[in-house]
Amino acid sequence: MEKPLTKNFKADGTPATLEEYLQSGGYEGLRKALAMAPLEVQQTVKDTGLRGRGGAGFSTGVKWSFVPMGDDAPRTKYLIVNGDEMEPGAFKDRLLMEGDPHQLVEGVIISAYAIQASTAYIFLRGEYRLAAERLSQAIGAAYERNYLGDDIFGSGYDLDLYLHTSAGRYICGEETALLNSLEGRRAIPRAKPPYPQVSGLFGKPTIVNNVETLCNVPHIVHYGVDWYKGLSKTADAGTKLYGVSGRVRRPGAWELPMGTTAREIIEEHAGGMQEGYSLRGFLPGGASTDFMLPEHLDIPLDFDAVTEVDSRLGTGTLILLDDKTCAVRFVLNLEQFFAQESCGWCTPCRDGLPWTVDLLQDLVEGRGRLEDIEQLERMTGFLGPGNTFCALAPGAMEPLQSALKYFREDFENYIAKKVRVAHG
Amino acid sequence: MAEIEIDGTIYQADAGDNLLKACLSLKLDLPYFCWHPAMGSVGACRQCAVLQFKDQDDRHGRIVMACMTPVADGLRVSLERPEARQFRAGIIELLMINHPHDCPVCEEGGECHLQDMTEMTGHTFRRYRGKKRTHYNQYLGPFINHEMNRCIACYRCVRFYQGYAGGRDLDVFAAHNHVYFGRHEDGVLENEFSGNLAEVCPTGVFTDKTFSAHYTRKWDLQNAPSICAHCSLGCNTSPGERYGTLRRIVNRYHGEINGYFLCDRGRFGYGFVNSPARIRKPSILGQQAVGRQAAQERFAAILKSGENVIGIGSPRASLEANFALRELVGQERFHPGFADREGALIKLMLDIVQQAPVHLPSLREIEQADAVLVLGEDVGSTAPRLALALRQAVRNEAFEIADQLKIPRWQDAGVRDAAQDAKSPLFIASLAATGLDDVAAGVYRAHPEELARLGFAVAHRLDAESPAVEELLSTADDLAATIAQALREAKRPLIVTGVSLYSESVIEAAANIAVALARLRGAAADVSFVAPECNSLGLGLIGGGDLEAAFQAVDEGAADTVVILENDLYRRAARDKVDRFLAGAKRVVVIDHIFHDTAKKAELVLPGSTFAETEGTLVSSEGRAQRFFSVFPPAGEVQDSWRWLLDAMQVRWRHLDYITEACASALPVLQPILRAAPSANFRIEGMKVPRQPHRYSGRTAIRANVRVSEPKQPVDEDSALSFSMEGVSSGCPPSLNPSVWAPGWNSNQSVFKLQDEPGGQLSGGDPGVRLIEPKVNAEFPWFTRVPGAERKLRQVAPLYHVFGSEALSMLSPPVAERAPEPYLALNPADARELGVGAGDAVELELAGVTVRLVVLLKAELAEGLLGIPAGLPGVPWFAPLSEPGSIRKAEA
Ligand SMILES: Cc1cc2nc3c(=O)[nH]c(=O)nc-3n(C[C@H](O)[C@H](O)[C@H](O)COP(=O)(O)O)c2cc1C
Ligand code: SF4
Ligand code: SF4
Ligand code: SF4
Ligand code: FES
Repeated sequence: MEKPLTKNFKADGTPATLEEYLQSGGYEGLRKALAMAPLEVQQTVKDTGLRGRGGAGFSTGVKWSFVPMGDDAPRTKYLIVNGDEMEPGAFKDRLLMEGDPHQLVEGVIISAYAIQASTAYIFLRGEYRLAAERLSQAIGAAYERNYLGDDIFGSGYDLDLYLHTSAGRYICGEETALLNSLEGRRAIPRAKPPYPQVSGLFGKPTIVNNVETLCNVPHIVHYGVDWYKGLSKTADAGTKLYGVSGRVRRPGAWELPMGTTAREIIEEHAGGMQEGYSLRGFLPGGASTDFMLPEHLDIPLDFDAVTEVDSRLGTGTLILLDDKTCAVRFVLNLEQFFAQESCGWCTPCRDGLPWTVDLLQDLVEGRGRLEDIEQLERMTGFLGPGNTFCALAPGAMEPLQSALKYFREDFENYIAKKVRVAHG
Repeated sequence: MAEIEIDGTIYQADAGDNLLKACLSLKLDLPYFCWHPAMGSVGACRQCAVLQFKDQDDRHGRIVMACMTPVADGLRVSLERPEARQFRAGIIELLMINHPHDCPVCEEGGECHLQDMTEMTGHTFRRYRGKKRTHYNQYLGPFINHEMNRCIACYRCVRFYQGYAGGRDLDVFAAHNHVYFGRHEDGVLENEFSGNLAEVCPTGVFTDKTFSAHYTRKWDLQNAPSICAHCSLGCNTSPGERYGTLRRIVNRYHGEINGYFLCDRGRFGYGFVNSPARIRKPSILGQQAVGRQAAQERFAAILKSGENVIGIGSPRASLEANFALRELVGQERFHPGFADREGALIKLMLDIVQQAPVHLPSLREIEQADAVLVLGEDVGSTAPRLALALRQAVRNEAFEIADQLKIPRWQDAGVRDAAQDAKSPLFIASLAATGLDDVAAGVYRAHPEELARLGFAVAHRLDAESPAVEELLSTADDLAATIAQALREAKRPLIVTGVSLYSESVIEAAANIAVALARLRGAAADVSFVAPECNSLGLGLIGGGDLEAAFQAVDEGAADTVVILENDLYRRAARDKVDRFLAGAKRVVVIDHIFHDTAKKAELVLPGSTFAETEGTLVSSEGRAQRFFSVFPPAGEVQDSWRWLLDAMQVRWRHLDYITEACASALPVLQPILRAAPSANFRIEGMKVPRQPHRYSGRTAIRANVRVSEPKQPVDEDSALSFSMEGVSSGCPPSLNPSVWAPGWNSNQSVFKLQDEPGGQLSGGDPGVRLIEPKVNAEFPWFTRVPGAERKLRQVAPLYHVFGSEALSMLSPPVAERAPEPYLALNPADARELGVGAGDAVELELAGVTVRLVVLLKAELAEGLLGIPAGLPGVPWFAPLSEPGSIRKAEA
């Protein structure tokens, strides 16, 4: 089984050095790309069907194709790496940046070349200090070898890459809030249209891609479309970093073919549930996705199949709910996070999430009323897609709405006083 | 135009507009918060939700925000479907979670958009059981209250304050449901437009502090359509009175002038109306408490005994009052009362606008300018609302960029994100830093003559036939070239200048640029001439001898009696000259509302009414004649200045309309003023327009402690308005509308019901008539007196202040609180030469009077200038650009 993204990861946790990276075929993709026309690179990526690993799963090649190209296009364009990774349960991007920083740097250069960006930024979660250190070193080394800077490899293409460490808000991961934040403004999302591809950072055409998405690009260009498509088990191409957190024997993340089932991930790679715990459900792709049930364990985790059971692949980092954990408290914990991280721009999210938290809190503290469950249900619709300004609130509603669907008795038990309530 | 379907009805709407604006244009009730007609859409509050259907077959629809939805042919939406209604009620429910519900003690109550929208959505029942979060309230200075708990986080305040008005000290802090709108710490809000927060904020967070100090409910205020008296722009206001005192001033929408916003001087300067300095009773030789009859008799006697009576009018009084004085004393003996030289400059300006191919733009037109040169005038201080308009003008480049990217202009955040710092060029040539410098493409600071030289150089660059400038520094020459190019390439170039520097050359240079532009473009050029006072232009059109001539007449014995109308001569000429004049005249009569130094020297002082208790016509800088109406009847012995004059004339004219008509027929250029507003005979269904809202309460209670019977309401014979709640206000012409209201819309947001479309012109036409239209093909000779490069060693230069330079507003304590202390501003090099430093006290002789001033160092002030705050109380009148008298460091 090929693991292009993690093949250079070392057991001792140190990052792949530039030499190691080069030995395993590093920067070959870049050499190849620079010999191609930018649009050819775009086409190649498009042909693989690579879908964004940041959560929404939008086709990367198609996204790139919206960037104005050619002589009439603005000279200044930006490529931005979304390394904010603040979604509870997600840690895959950190592993990629810490384990093989050169891979991301090369992915950035090729992708920037494909859209003819003049400047690139890595927008990094503030707490990722180790990743910041390693990326800085990798960027420095790339400049030294003229992988970055002016006239890269004598191709005539110039690119500067900056690392920006965020001050830390979940909303900074939303790509347009990220742009505001990078411009030094409040991190609130922007209205679309205009789309960033046309008018993004500092009003210029901009592509924002997830860390993992871009890490795929060097390999795609190096080894080709067919090779890449062959990596996966399903129609969605490539490999995927799947993660598991919860009461399993070996929580962690693994690069596996796209479309690997949750059963394989949990039972084989994570070593199965810990002694005395059984699985009640799981969020397949981080905190902002809907619960799936044990009966869904054999569904291939790719973008389309997961939607069939009303959830989303999201980031592909599973959070497990076991039989000793109360679903209501599980959701309460997540909603506290979302309420705290609401940017405060639009009403449903800003004021609806704290109310949601209050209702859940009342439930677990024994003050719940039957109509509160209806109210929670209404909330999931009210804060749904299209009703709020950005996807944060709808994301926040996903675990709640599916918990109400699958674990309703946990909610009702609190009202019927069948469980011991916490005080405080 | 596009055909759209709303709840099954087909409507025509402007394609490309946003759906919210389209609905409001159709006068449909759709609740909203974050959208503002002057600031566009951001989609934050989610209050304007409607159900949009994909096509004819779509039965479900989806929730969209009307303010973010472009109108296009075939758009199908529902405002009424339960899904849409429930969503909107749900938004209010959320906004109310933390709202204190303190309407009974909230200053916004009764004119609160949040109240209205809550009613409109039908949200009535509180389901949220948790605690409300609370906030700290800040001290924000003398104008504005802060009560953050009422905030619904619509972001309008910051969007106005920063985005629209360019303020820097109000922001949004924190996140999630803790978002906080205020300053980084307690302190005075700096921006000169902070008062608009009270109108922009849809709740009671930001309210008018001066109003709170003597608060009454909106429905208990008696209002009238009025015109601001504090500068020459003629912003429309709606002042409100209760129990004989003026309580506040709010914006009265005018599509061509102030739009939705006033400056703080105009809004908070009304305190003089209630001031203890008011003249309430006639006095003879300083003896107070003379009755009206005795005063009238004395006036008649004075006029009769006078061998030769001259009249001095006032650029801050109405055309009618001035004209009445002119009639009383005779055309030859009437002086408009301008300061020394000011009259000549105003005449020069009028000559230019009446003869050259020059167009006086309205503020709305100014907002459309895409290249601007401000020559000499510190507009932020002399005509504040104009500065706000220029701030919008520089955004035209941003709109161009948005157009290219197909971002609708109303999509505010999108336009700003796309355009970033891109601005249309604005160049500012001034004596010192101005409030608009932050948005200027270039600033040039120099002596007035040098500013004029820059202007002449620009004109020469535009048209080689206009006179060239000798010995121009290369920096100035380069700048002139840049300015000329920007003006040449612009779609709508604009020159702004004025008389505040007392420099003919500056005005002439501006005229040359205008003529050059007009020749280039084959169309009249936009020039905004800022006049000093609310009726300077009107007085310029009436004409008359200058003040110097009046002084001379008394000196030479050609006049022995002087009638002075609403004018403190000590603000217009040197102290010793005025002293000599007032002493020289045998008999002096002053009609005014404020007891000033001139009044102190008069034999007879007659209490005139302020703008709030009288009516008349004013001519703004745009050349627009506008009528203002009394808000409440003058109390006691006070009466309209013109009425004192009419009494003395013993003519048949009893009402204002007679004077207006006489004035219009005597002066052909003023003929159109008759159309400025309907006459006193105007009626709607046989009834007058009520000044009091229909919910006005307490009429019987007001005097119940004196007498229980309700006295007859005062009769207003001078206008079509009544001092009453009876009458018909719906459908009244905009020039007569005392305040805004519509069923279900108790706040100022109701104005959309009175407009053709939100932000457009008032239905029935924006008030006022323009008196001066451009002579498009006029041949106008170049001004050829280009000042030379050499200059006087030192000159006293007037520096202006929004709060401080205008006399009446300085009688309003909150405004006075914001004024600077008297100072002498110096360039550091001059200070060194004079041996003084910052903070030192100096004694400076100004027009014969020695004043003590504190030295202020201004690095950007041109060398050789002694910057003196013009018009500031405590600073005597001085001749601008004259050489200073003695100057020395004062003993500690
Ligand atoms: C609240 C919120 C947080 C997000 N956080 C991240 C993040 O941390 N990293 C990320 O790559 N995408 C995040 N996204 C998704 C981005 O908006 C965007 O879709 C993504 O960066 C696009 O990259 P991709 O096409 O490569 O997936 C977030 C979205 C939302 C609504
Ligand atoms: S849903 Fe609204 S409040 Fe929440 S993060 Fe997005 S824009 Fe901000
Ligand atoms: S203070 Fe007023 S204007 Fe500002 S956000 Fe709050 S409610 Fe809106
Ligand atoms: S700009 Fe002038 S007219 Fe307008 S409100 Fe201010 S002082 Fe009054
Ligand atoms: S008015 Fe439309 S979202 Fe606020």
